[in-house]
Amino acid sequence: MLFGYSSEKEKYIFNLSRINKHIILKTNDLEIGYKSKKSINSISKNINISLEKGKFVCLLGQNGIGKSTLLRTLTKVQPKLNGTIFFNNKSIEKVNQLDFSKQVSVVLTERLPESNLSVYELIALGRQPYTNWLGKLNEQDIKKINEAIELVKIGHIKHSKYYELSDGQLQKVLIARAIAQDTEIIILDEPTAHLDVLHKMETFKLLKSLTKKLQKTIIISSHEIHLALETSDDLWLMTNDNFKTGNKDILIENGELEQLFNSDLIAFNKDTKRFKLKS
Amino acid sequence: MNQQKSYTTSFIIIIISLVIIWFLNISLGSVDIPLKEVITSLFNGEVTKDSWRNIVVNYRLPKAITAVLVGSGLSISGLLMQTLFRNPLAGPFVLGISSGASLGVALLILGVSLIGGISSLAFSNFGMAFAASLGAFMVLSAVLIAANKVRNTMSILIIGLMFGSLTSAIISVLIYFSSAEQLQQFIFWGFGSLGNLSWSELSIFSIIYLIGISLLVLIIKPLNSLLLGENYAKSLGINIKKTRNLILVITSILTGIITAFSGPIAFVGLAVPHLTKLIFNTSNHKVLIPAVMIVGAILMLIADIISQLPSLEYMLPINAITSLFGAPIVIWLLIRKRKIYI
Repeated sequence: MLFGYSSEKEKYIFNLSRINKHIILKTNDLEIGYKSKKSINSISKNINISLEKGKFVCLLGQNGIGKSTLLRTLTKVQPKLNGTIFFNNKSIEKVNQLDFSKQVSVVLTERLPESNLSVYELIALGRQPYTNWLGKLNEQDIKKINEAIELVKIGHIKHSKYYELSDGQLQKVLIARAIAQDTEIIILDEPTAHLDVLHKMETFKLLKSLTKKLQKTIIISSHEIHLALETSDDLWLMTNDNFKTGNKDILIENGELEQLFNSDLIAFNKDTKRFKLKS
Repeated sequence: MNQQKSYTTSFIIIIISLVIIWFLNISLGSVDIPLKEVITSLFNGEVTKDSWRNIVVNYRLPKAITAVLVGSGLSISGLLMQTLFRNPLAGPFVLGISSGASLGVALLILGVSLIGGISSLAFSNFGMAFAASLGAFMVLSAVLIAANKVRNTMSILIIGLMFGSLTSAIISVLIYFSSAEQLQQFIFWGFGSLGNLSWSELSIFSIIYLIGISLLVLIIKPLNSLLLGENYAKSLGINIKKTRNLILVITSILTGIITAFSGPIAFVGLAVPHLTKLIFNTSNHKVLIPAVMIVGAILMLIADIISQLPSLEYMLPINAITSLFGAPIVIWLLIRKRKIYI
C-alpha cells in the first residue's frame, strides 16, 4: 500500500523505520473486555500493535470506547480476552509481576488514597522493584530518584506532603515516580485530564522530551487531539469497529482522523491538522 | 535527612517513656511496696517481706509483660488493617475478628449449660484461650474466603462488619438463654483483664505473639506500596493476594491470642496507629511498625496503672479505661489536626 501512491515523505519514513527497528510492544488480534462467570463483555477486538522503541504514542478515541481498558490490559491490571501481547518478544503471561515492573511503569487516573507520604517518599516507592526486603535505598536508587526529580523539575517541592500539591504538581510527581522506576516503557492513562492548558502543554512536552533524552517508549491516552497531533510520533486511533496504528502524518494523509468521531458536527482539516465545527 | 533525625529523637523519647512507665506500672498497685524493694525483688535480691517478692514476681511482672504484648499486638493489627483497607476506621474490631473470639468464648461459657459435664475443663484459662482463638480463626477464614472472591477492599470491610454483627447477634441469643451466673462470668471476661495470667500461660501467649510479629518482616515493603493503592502496588511488582492473605493471617493470630487471654479490649487497635502517625507525621511503615508497637505498649501500661490506682480498693475493668481515657484524647487530637490519613 505504501508504494502505491507514496510521497517522498512516506518513503523516507518507511526506510527510516526499517533501519534500527526494535519492536518493543507487539499484539496480535488482541481482544479486550471483561469476563465474568456468566458472560463475556468484549469491548474491542482485532487490535494489532507493532510499536518501536523510543516512540511517543497517543491513544485517541471517544469517551467510553475502551482506551482505559486497553491500557489496563497492556499493563497486566486486567486479563485479556483473546490474542497475544508481547513486550520485547516475550509474552506478557510468561513474565512475572516483578520482572514486568522493571519493564513497564504506569501513571493511573485513580486518585491516591490519602496518606502522609512526602513527595520524595512517593517517588522513592518507584524503586521498590529493585530494593531489598526492607525497601532500603542504595546509592544507585538515590541517584535515580534525584535524576527523576531533576528531569521533572520538582526539586522545590520534594519535602512537601503530596496532599498539599496542586493537580499539576501531583501529575509531575507521579511522572517522576514512573521515571524513577527506570523502565523502558511508561504508560499513562489520561495524564492531562485535570490540568489547565499550560500544564497540559507542559506535560506533553515533558513526555516527548523523555523519549528523546532517555529513549523511553511512552504511551498515553488523551483527549487532547491537537496537542497529540503536534507532539506525538505515532497515533493509535480507536473507534467502535476499528483500531488503527501508525505514524501520525500517514494517518492524517489517509484520512483516518476523519473516522475518529462518528459525528456530523465536526470535521477534520488535513492542512491545519485541526478539528473544526461544521458550519 | 533532617526527617531521619527527628524520627530518631522521637524514638528515643518514646523508648525512654516506655521504660519509665513500665517501672511505674510494676511499682504501683493496691499493695504499697517501696520502689527499692520492687527492684531488688526483680533482680532476685534480698527482700524484707517474702509476700512482696511474690506479688512483684508472680503478679505484677507477668501483668506488665501482658500489657506490653496486648498493647503492641492490638496496635499493630489496627495499623495493618488501616493500610490494607486504606481506611482510617479499620481495626481488628471492624473486621469481626474480635467478635469471632468473643463468640468462641460465649459458646464456651454460655453454651456449656446446653452440653453440660465438661465445665471444670472448659472454664480454665486454656479452655477460654482455645475457644477464643478458634472463634477468631473461624471468622477470619470466612472473611479470607470472601476476600479472595471479592477484589474490592471496601467490600471486604463491609463483609467484615457483617460478620461482626452476625457473631454479636449469636452472642445475644446465647446471653438470652443463659443463667445469671454464666452471664456474669461472660461479662467479666468482656471487661478485659491483664492480670490473670500465670507464667506458663504467659509463655504460650508470648510464643504465639512472637510468631505473629516475626511475620511482619515479610510485609514491610508491600505495606508501603499499598499506600498508593492496589493497582500501583501491583505495577511495582507486589503480589497483592499474598500480601493481603499475610496481613489477614498476622492480624488473626495477634487478635485471636490477645482476645483469648485478656478479653476483647476495644479502642487500642483503632486509636494507637492514629496517635503514632500524629507524633511521627509519616506513613512509612519502616518507622510506623516499631513506633506503633511502642506507643501501644505505653498506652496499655498507663491504662493498667489507672485501672488499679493505689488509693482504690477495687480494680476497674481495663476495657472501660482504654475507652474512657483514650477516646477523648483521640477526638481532641483529630479535631486539632482536622484531617486523618492512613
